[in-house]
Amino acid sequence: MHYADNVDYPRLLSRPSIYIPGLAILFGILLYTQAGATSLGQALAGLFGMAEGSPFATNLLVALVVTAVVAINVAVVMRLRLKHQVYVVWAELALLVLLFFYSFDLSFEFIRRKIGFLLTQGLVTTLYVSAVSIVIASVLAMIGAIAKLSSNGIALGIANFYTSLFRGLPLLMQIYMIYLGLPQLGYVIDAVPAGILALSLCYGAYMTEIFRAGIESIPRGQWEASRALGLKPKDTLTRIILPQAMRIIIPPTGNQFIAMLKDSSLVSVVGVWELMYLARTQGQTEFRHVEMMITASLIYWILSIVLELIQGRIERRYNRAQTR
Amino acid sequence: MIRKNNLSLVESPPEPRGAVPAVKIRNLSKWYGSFQALKAVDLTIARGEKLVICGPSGSGKSTLIRTINALEGFQEGQIVVDGIELTRKPEAVEAVRKRVGMVFQQFNLFPHLTVLENCTLALRLVRGVSQKDAEERALHYLGKVRIPDQAHKYASQLSGGQQQRVAIARALSMQPDIMLFDEPTSALDPEMVKEVLDTMTQLAGEGMTMAVVTHEMGFARQVADRVVFMDRGEIVEQGPPSEFFSNPKELRARAFLSQILH
Ligand SMILES: Nc1ncnc2c1ncn2[C@@H]1O[C@H](COP(=O)(O)OP(=O)(O)OP(=O)(O)O)[C@@H](O)[C@H]1O
Ligand SMILES: [Mg+2]
Repeated sequence: MHYADNVDYPRLLSRPSIYIPGLAILFGILLYTQAGATSLGQALAGLFGMAEGSPFATNLLVALVVTAVVAINVAVVMRLRLKHQVYVVWAELALLVLLFFYSFDLSFEFIRRKIGFLLTQGLVTTLYVSAVSIVIASVLAMIGAIAKLSSNGIALGIANFYTSLFRGLPLLMQIYMIYLGLPQLGYVIDAVPAGILALSLCYGAYMTEIFRAGIESIPRGQWEASRALGLKPKDTLTRIILPQAMRIIIPPTGNQFIAMLKDSSLVSVVGVWELMYLARTQGQTEFRHVEMMITASLIYWILSIVLELIQGRIERRYNRAQTR
Repeated sequence: MIRKNNLSLVESPPEPRGAVPAVKIRNLSKWYGSFQALKAVDLTIARGEKLVICGPSGSGKSTLIRTINALEGFQEGQIVVDGIELTRKPEAVEAVRKRVGMVFQQFNLFPHLTVLENCTLALRLVRGVSQKDAEERALHYLGKVRIPDQAHKYASQLSGGQQQRVAIARALSMQPDIMLFDEPTSALDPEMVKEVLDTMTQLAGEGMTMAVVTHEMGFARQVADRVVFMDRGEIVEQGPPSEFFSNPKELRARAFLSQILH
């Protein structure tokens, strides 16, 4: 959007040389994969009164209909305004994903029975573990980044070792080491704090590198101007450098938060009743694994969307000076 | 009141101001690794003096003026600013930076702040001036450099010449005794050089002590009390502009002048 030139090149999808081969390929794939035999294909064929036709005829019909629908859809969406295009495409793709889940012939009655517990116990625990870990990881990352940029050998050594160790070991190992290892030293630790500690340390190590790179991306001149004005090191960092570095730090940090949200499911190995743990155990009792897995997945997705929206807001705030 | 207490540390005993030079540099040497960028430089800048420093690229002009406010360190020699010896002690550096304003070739405005915030931030944080007083003072200096009506824009929305004038106003808002300029017009388009030089000329007329690294020889002729020519880390020749430009004594100075004056 920001990078569009002021030239009206013919739009990609309005070029027949792309549009038509594209549709041909889609048609070919549908035909080759025997779309007529799928549940969706059968339903479509039934709609056209061809449920009893030969397999090839059904495939042909389904491939044709789907290709035509896509062709019309693209033609219509192309005529919308950019903002609406994004929403429409998003909604359509989301619908397809939901349709995919729906095709599993799920027992909604079972989901309805279990979702309350999944939310009140599982979701709450996941949110709690993730939120606390995010806060601690951010603090660790900030300390780590400043240590790595300092000229204090001890701080530098600790920070280097920290990022090396906690980025290098598998997160699963870290969780076990903290939960099972610390008691060996005489510190008995509960499952939830152990999980939070492991997540914070691991993600703090990744984010240390993000924060360091963000700070380093600010030109020397900014430090010098700030120092020449007499600002103290603390003020130079918090008032001049970090606000500018935030623009660079936020997008990858948003990534980390979303990844952490889902990695919080790893703490289920030490018996924390978070979302994934409950989804698995609740599904087991009545052999309804798929129902629970899909429900949990959708909840993770919704949480990720919320994080994406928050990230977008913060990004816009820090981009203020550049876009105006 | 708080300001006075802080300052008393460095300001007592009060010296007769006229007697102390603004900057006194003795036997200053600086190395980058094994490369010697400054070689036993001696230089005194009197109060109210306008000094122009010129010389070929890499001769150490930037290094020299950047040591004055401790943006660069040094290994040998002594720098005394306004009677304060510049050491690596925080109090000494703070006291010196309070008295010295600096303008950079690349402006170095803070892009995340508005023009006004650029000028008020240090006033509030370093001097403890209230927001209202800081804004009043900043607007006064923005008026002086003729940018009063752009105060709420961001730096990126201004032209190069305007940005450099904001940078001058930002430094002036701190009310320094000495202003350092490191090639303030070198990054500007030709048509904007004049507006920045005019601002500097005006500042000189008001009695500010100035050390200016520049190749703008017209400005040097008109404004400088003294021109210092540097080459390979040394001060090779210095004198009033009338003498320096019409009759340079050193061969290196002649070669340099013939190059930049064509
Ligand atoms: N950080 C540094 N590390 C190593 N050498 C440096 C560094 N900064 C400057 N120098 C060297 O010191 C010498 C003096 O540099 P300086 O920037 O003071 O020159 P200058 O006279 O300002 O030149 P110009 O007109 O190009 O700005 C140059 O030879 C330069 O290569
Ligand atoms: Mg220079």
